[in-house]
Amino acid sequence: MTDHLSRPDFAVIAGWVEPGHRILDLGCGDGSLLKLLIATKGVRGWGIEIDDANVLAAMRQGINIIQGNLENGLAGFADRAFDLVVLSRTLQTVRHTEVVLAEMLRVGREAVVSFPNFAYWKNRQAVLNGRMPVSEDLPYEWYDSPNLRFFAIPDFEALAAKMGLDIRERRVLDEKGRLVTEEPNFLGSLAVYRLSRSR
Amino acid sequence: MAGEQQGVGQVEAQRAHFAEPLILRSGGVIPEYDLVYETYGTLNAARSNAILVCHALSGHHHVAGHYADQPENIGWWDNIVGPGRPLDTDRFFIVGVNNLGGCHGSTGPSTINPATGKPWGADFPIVAVIDWVKSQARLADLLGIETWAAVVGGSLGGMQALRWTITFPERVRHALVIAAAPKLSAQNIAFNDVARQAILTDPDFHGGHYYEHGTRPIRGLRLARMLGHITYLSDDQMGEKFGRELRHGSFSFDFDVEFEIESYLRYQGDKFAGYFDANTYLLMTKALDYFDPAREVNGDLVATLARSKAGFLVVSFTTDWRFSPARSKEIVHALVACGRDVSYAEIDLNFGHDSFLMADPHYHGVVGAYLAHIPL
Repeated sequence: MTDHLSRPDFAVIAGWVEPGHRILDLGCGDGSLLKLLIATKGVRGWGIEIDDANVLAAMRQGINIIQGNLENGLAGFADRAFDLVVLSRTLQTVRHTEVVLAEMLRVGREAVVSFPNFAYWKNRQAVLNGRMPVSEDLPYEWYDSPNLRFFAIPDFEALAAKMGLDIRERRVLDEKGRLVTEEPNFLGSLAVYRLSRSR
Repeated sequence: MAGEQQGVGQVEAQRAHFAEPLILRSGGVIPEYDLVYETYGTLNAARSNAILVCHALSGHHHVAGHYADQPENIGWWDNIVGPGRPLDTDRFFIVGVNNLGGCHGSTGPSTINPATGKPWGADFPIVAVIDWVKSQARLADLLGIETWAAVVGGSLGGMQALRWTITFPERVRHALVIAAAPKLSAQNIAFNDVARQAILTDPDFHGGHYYEHGTRPIRGLRLARMLGHITYLSDDQMGEKFGRELRHGSFSFDFDVEFEIESYLRYQGDKFAGYFDANTYLLMTKALDYFDPAREVNGDLVATLARSKAGFLVVSFTTDWRFSPARSKEIVHALVACGRDVSYAEIDLNFGHDSFLMADPHYHGVVGAYLAHIPL
């Protein structure tokens, strides 16, 4: 079970939703974010999750959980079916990065993406010391990591620009979940973006 | 939990008579009819804990438990119903019913037509899923159940659950639609028609009035069941279970039973043809073929399901090629599009379409977790 207190990005996301919003949470795990948003913000929520144990855990929480693989896109979901599509700490595990981002902004009016910043100073330090980083937001050893993509804040923003995604808001947090305003790509461990696409 | 291994134990079938005519989707009329049913658990004072279990093509009202005089006759979905089981009889009042047109006690082709004093036979009108749902609603009235906590079914039973939410949106709080589809594909209908042709062309069929001839179209029914059975299993499972095993170790170069799969299918066919009514088989397959609730809304499944007010659990099985996961996802996506609460699990089980009857811990965990969240 994920403890939402240990997920400071949840609070950021909660600040971007309104009561009654229809939220789709991709890779929603046991549904903790949706549970929080339903309880505190009165949203309508659905989650997509591939893992059997997580599907069962979400069902036990009474969350709308749809078993499926994000890599196959969101085919079957109607255009703009949701107010917000969330991809929380999952983009770095996705192989088809552009497909998933494009699909999020097809089925959703807005998208929220959060990911660990590989250029966080502690990660840089680990690499300078000759080792792959293990931190609060990159909590895996290289041999058991689900992460496929390692990228930093400017990398993501370059992709967003290339794909024509509008960055409406950005929050960068440190390892303790505190807001980082200065030198975000150095001091920030986790980045949270609110995106839309002008059409 | 106490009794987890025991199930519901000894049960008794009950019979209800309905004197009011039922006007059918086909335009036909059943002037009066009986439904046989069973119940497990206790209806609570608020009458808010009732679950209807709808059966599939060859099912019936005997969902769980056994009869006093037939201890071996265990209900067809006993593994999911009982104290501490997913359909928990400590919490829910479960109702199983034999559908109209069936051959297990409810009015059907093999029962006496009061107008003629002879079995209905081929004169029994074609029944559709919506007709079953309407007849089940009358049974609910009789039992004092205004609203089902849930309507549950696999395969054709899942289609009834779906139909319930569209036809009686106020009377269903949750629907569990398992191994089903929003309508049959051409391939599904094709299989059904070959099964029907096997029965219809059997010389013992006598235009459906075989009862009067003291015979039954056993060969046709047997073939129909053999064909159906192939579609219920997965290729992998058949390969694992039977492979190319020979009964006598070597080829005999004749047309007797040689491969184990032949032996299995013939056994299944014989067993089924021994007790099931061919006219009922014809009716059930037609009900499947005609099922397409979106048809009345210009084929718009989203608009159709927008009539529903229930929460949904949709379940499919990875190896089910008769009603594949893609068909269940059509239902899920339509439900999301109209803003319904819906969960969907795709269970990795090797038993093809028949997986829905299996006692898999994850599958049963999902069903149990969903039902546990239904407030009473």
